[in-house]
Amino acid sequence: MAKTKELKENRQPAMFEDEKMPLRAKDWWKYLISLFLLIVYLFPFYIIINVSLRSFSDTTSRIRFPDPIYWDNFNKVIESGEIFTGIKNCLIITALVLLLEIVVGCMAAYALARNQSKLNEVVRSLIMSVMMITPLTILVGIYSTMSTIHATSTYWGMVLVLSAFGLPLVIFLYTNFISSIPVALDEAAAIDGASNFQVFFQIILPQLKTVTVTVIILQGVGVWNEYTYSYYFLQKTSMRTITLVIKTFFSAVSNDYGAAAATAVIGMMPLVIVYLCLQKYFIQGQVEGAVKG
Amino acid sequence: MTGTRKRKLNWFYIPAVVIMLAFIAYPLCYAVYLSFFKWNGYSVNKDFVGISNYISMFKDKVFISSLRNTLVYGFVCTFLQQIIGLAMAMFLNTKFKGRGIVRTVIYMPAMISGLVMGYIMYFFFQFKGGVINDIMASLGMAGYDWLGNGASAIAVIVFINTWQFVGVSMVIYLAGIQGVSQSYIEAATVDGASAWERFRYIILPLLIPALSSSVIYNLIGGLKLYDVIIALTDGGPAKKTHSLATYIANRYFDAERAGYAAAIGVFSFLMIMVISMIVNAYFRKKEVEI
Repeated sequence: MAKTKELKENRQPAMFEDEKMPLRAKDWWKYLISLFLLIVYLFPFYIIINVSLRSFSDTTSRIRFPDPIYWDNFNKVIESGEIFTGIKNCLIITALVLLLEIVVGCMAAYALARNQSKLNEVVRSLIMSVMMITPLTILVGIYSTMSTIHATSTYWGMVLVLSAFGLPLVIFLYTNFISSIPVALDEAAAIDGASNFQVFFQIILPQLKTVTVTVIILQGVGVWNEYTYSYYFLQKTSMRTITLVIKTFFSAVSNDYGAAAATAVIGMMPLVIVYLCLQKYFIQGQVEGAVKG
Repeated sequence: MTGTRKRKLNWFYIPAVVIMLAFIAYPLCYAVYLSFFKWNGYSVNKDFVGISNYISMFKDKVFISSLRNTLVYGFVCTFLQQIIGLAMAMFLNTKFKGRGIVRTVIYMPAMISGLVMGYIMYFFFQFKGGVINDIMASLGMAGYDWLGNGASAIAVIVFINTWQFVGVSMVIYLAGIQGVSQSYIEAATVDGASAWERFRYIILPLLIPALSSSVIYNLIGGLKLYDVIIALTDGGPAKKTHSLATYIANRYFDAERAGYAAAIGVFSFLMIMVISMIVNAYFRKKEVEI
């Protein structure tokens, strides 16, 4: 707990924004290292775009830019439309998971932050220990459970499972935050006759905006890229998420890497664009969310 | 707040607890139960076999190598990520124009699903037409079958996971470094401390909280590594690159040994739990010391 507070206080809001600094000649070695890092980190993105723009028969080195540029991979992928089904499913699942986690998570956090009884201390540590359970370790149990209740290939099944795994971190973040809101506010409202529900919705909820942004980013990226459970629980073609569509393209066509790469490029685009636009929030979210356990 | 009012508040966490009981606690208990049975995963017949699944685990060579690989993926990646992440953070904390762009780019791969990253990297490490072998050929070297050989495939997986998520460590360390008060560093400089001494005796001890969050994050990420392996090697060649996670899925769905898969699941659950508790306790002690 102390850890989060420390990092939170230390956080500099403009961490990734460039301060106004002149280009200095004595910094040449820094630019040399930067150039190296940029190449190491951008090269893979270049290669996947490159592969998506060359035809099946083009066997020249992937380092060279394709000549002529072959757009048919993208046409093929867009015509088949599967990637758009994937994007749609990802949007639906991510939105529902976030909604459920935020509502259920901050309610739970409110109770745990305000009523620190011995029982609730136990409940809190049990919830936190769930963070150490990784998805695959209980695969057998969860897959049998899901088939028994007919939750496979449904949105609700997927949403409930992913929410269950995400909730501990969400509750952790909200509990820390709500603990920092003065209890006096609740008490004043209670004296005026407000019920627990009214206090929660009118006093607490409106103050949770910043931590909710963190929750949306951390959980959103995770759910959007989820593969482990999606692969087993979303078997119907119409239910596939982006990662599953990309996997289908890579494993189905024996050697048509072009189309597979084009799917991957389209599939990566939404999140990368959102990240580049809102990077400040992503970084803040990462710093706060990493402090778990 | 009055006592009854407080107690009534507990209703607020019931929904969250119910969801976690139904989709995590119950499946976990059910997996423990199934680990004592021989079961193919779909038939109605289950044979109670006691602890024989746990015994056969330690006679299974692939299980042993998956266990070793999981520890390699967990610890080697974490170690590399801390060294490289901290170095990057120190470097990107120095002032120069454009450092924001470098930070943004290094963190970007963390936005990509591990599965997709595995496929992208396949284009690099493929034997025929792979980018790495192309570069080697242009330097007059013979190509190497990176993914066709157990040891090099494991190294490739370690490299990819480290590369993809080192940005996370970098970000955590940057936040930590920016929190180190400038006055400490100035005071040390006045006292004649060298750059290395300032780093070793002032910055590093104050980074313990950042170090602990980064280590825990990377460690759990490495120990549960799954999708990169699926995309890149699918456990091959000859089942040499399996992690416990991929081996569980492989036993369950490909070999139809659900009881055995459940036993491996229970084992790796306990292992991850114990490792994270030890690491947590270690860092908590460290933090008290300073």
